[in-house]
Amino acid sequence: MTEESILTDEFLRQLINVGEADILVGVPTYNNAATVGQVVQTIRAGLLKCFPRERAVIVNADGGSTDGTQDLVRGVSVNDQRYVSDLPALRTLHCISAKYEGGPAAGAALRSILAAAELLRASACAVIAGDSTNLESEWIERLLRPVYRDAIDLVMPLYRRHKFDGLLVRTLIYPMTRALYGKRIKEPYAAEFAFSGRLGSHFLGEEVWQNDAGREGSEICLTVAAMTGEFRLAQTYLGSKSHVDSRSADLVTALRQTVGALFWSLEANLETWSSSHDSHAVPLLNAGPELTVEPLRVNRKRLHRMFCSGVTELDPVLRTTLSAGTLAELQRIAGLAEDDFRYSDELWIRTVYEFAFSYHKSVISRDHILQALAPLYRGKTYTFLIENRDASGEEVDRNVERLCMAFERLKPLLVELWK
Amino acid sequence: MREMIVNELTQATQGLVRNFAHFLSRLLVMLLIVLVGWVIAHVARRILRSILYLVKFDRLSENTGAAQLLSKAALPSSTELLSRFVFWVTWLGFVLLGVSSLGIVGLQAHAAKFFLFLPRVFVALLFLFVGLLAANFFSRSALLWGVNADLPSPRLLSAAVRILIIIFTGSAVFEELGLAEGTVRLAFGIVLAAGMLAIAIAFGLGGQHLARQLLEERFGRDPKDGNKREKDLSPL
Repeated sequence: MTEESILTDEFLRQLINVGEADILVGVPTYNNAATVGQVVQTIRAGLLKCFPRERAVIVNADGGSTDGTQDLVRGVSVNDQRYVSDLPALRTLHCISAKYEGGPAAGAALRSILAAAELLRASACAVIAGDSTNLESEWIERLLRPVYRDAIDLVMPLYRRHKFDGLLVRTLIYPMTRALYGKRIKEPYAAEFAFSGRLGSHFLGEEVWQNDAGREGSEICLTVAAMTGEFRLAQTYLGSKSHVDSRSADLVTALRQTVGALFWSLEANLETWSSSHDSHAVPLLNAGPELTVEPLRVNRKRLHRMFCSGVTELDPVLRTTLSAGTLAELQRIAGLAEDDFRYSDELWIRTVYEFAFSYHKSVISRDHILQALAPLYRGKTYTFLIENRDASGEEVDRNVERLCMAFERLKPLLVELWK
Repeated sequence: MREMIVNELTQATQGLVRNFAHFLSRLLVMLLIVLVGWVIAHVARRILRSILYLVKFDRLSENTGAAQLLSKAALPSSTELLSRFVFWVTWLGFVLLGVSSLGIVGLQAHAAKFFLFLPRVFVALLFLFVGLLAANFFSRSALLWGVNADLPSPRLLSAAVRILIIIFTGSAVFEELGLAEGTVRLAFGIVLAAGMLAIAIAFGLGGQHLARQLLEERFGRDPKDGNKREKDLSPL
């Protein structure tokens, strides 16, 4: 599909005015008036500071905001001349803002940004979330420099965050992508990342956009595309992640955006994941402290209760998605008192692999399968919180590593199920 | 006199034999039609089954949840069920055609009525199938939503959704078949109104806290229990 058919006329007109660019920074937004002005100013500052000689463009792909997000982006492009007046701007730094078609959707926003990058022949691109509250101008350099100067195809971030933050990533997304595709990318689903024009064009041509995985979980699909293709990968430490990622306000939505896309990727990459056996480290370009351990009050009781009620109430659904042995074991632990409750790594992995297989077979609606995983994830989260209550950052890392190794060791179960 | 009686008897016997011969020939025609119909119905079933296998109809049926529904009802796969349905409808059509060829006035009228009624039966069966699928899908959706929203009785909610859709489907099927339309419509109205009233009263009395929580979440005030804390624990 050509860029012309993906982008709206308004989008195309603005891009044609830009001409060509070396670097493109995409900012997907939807009602982000509270943060987008600062985000665009920081990006501009970062670009002017690190890439003063390059032709750069900031592309705001908006999902139809009604709070004046687009006006703010356009306003920043005029007003911030004062803000960055001490920086040596040798080239015109364009900043455009346009709506994409189809309403707010992460996939449509990324697709528009990829199409814009291809049209402008940008060799290095970055995506920065419009609701980021922790963005620093150095992040632009850390993300884009490896792509622009060192021919890296995908740079994924590492964030500093609380040891109990992002547990879906640490207990499922990271271990499973690592076990399946053999690349150790700790944040396969990130709000900020950079990629080469080559990878962008490759991904734009994939069939992922025609289904729910592409519409809702395109970021993780891009990571998988880079992992399974002949692309150079790297990770870079950025800093503190915004405490609450607005994309994950709802657990079921988060599961759709990440686990759904990951499960879907299994079908398209069967040969790759069924034949790979171990995982390899991905170069880390900048290191930094990743985990913080300050005390955090979490309602563990509620997690435990929701797991137990979920296993009981969803019995008819779980019977269709899990094997009898796995379901019996889940029912056994759901009957345990809170103090004795433990959702073991092995049982969790069996659960995830059997869910992935049920998703492949579409034993029931695929969306229902993802929704049924939510209460089970809460049980695993409860166990993670208990096991790591007093753990240091290093100990949490070790426990996550142990889980990852178990995912790799038990991968033959998934291969066997698929056969 | 004797001759007359013999004549009458002979004529009656001849008439009887002629009628019987006529009937026999019609019966043979009917049997032939039924037999040919059976062959055609059988061929139609095989062709349809092959087409459905080719287009992976069973997979589509699994995706929509119809396969699970049929399995629960101890029925064969959707491909098999549809093929059998086509077989029986085709053959029954030929059987009735054969019966009408016998020339029995009452039976002919009934056969004609049946053929006129057949499209409505088709539509009613379609309503029933789609309705049961919808009931299954939406009741499961309600169950999952209830569990993930931490509602007190998700199964009750799920069952209510299922029953409501089945009642609606049932009334649509009866209306399509033209059976006791007025009674069914009245009964449906009463059941729906009673159900809505029961839900309103139950929610008003028993769901005050849930209503408050939902409104607080909707309009941005902090709920009093620990929900907010879990949301702060971002999964991504």
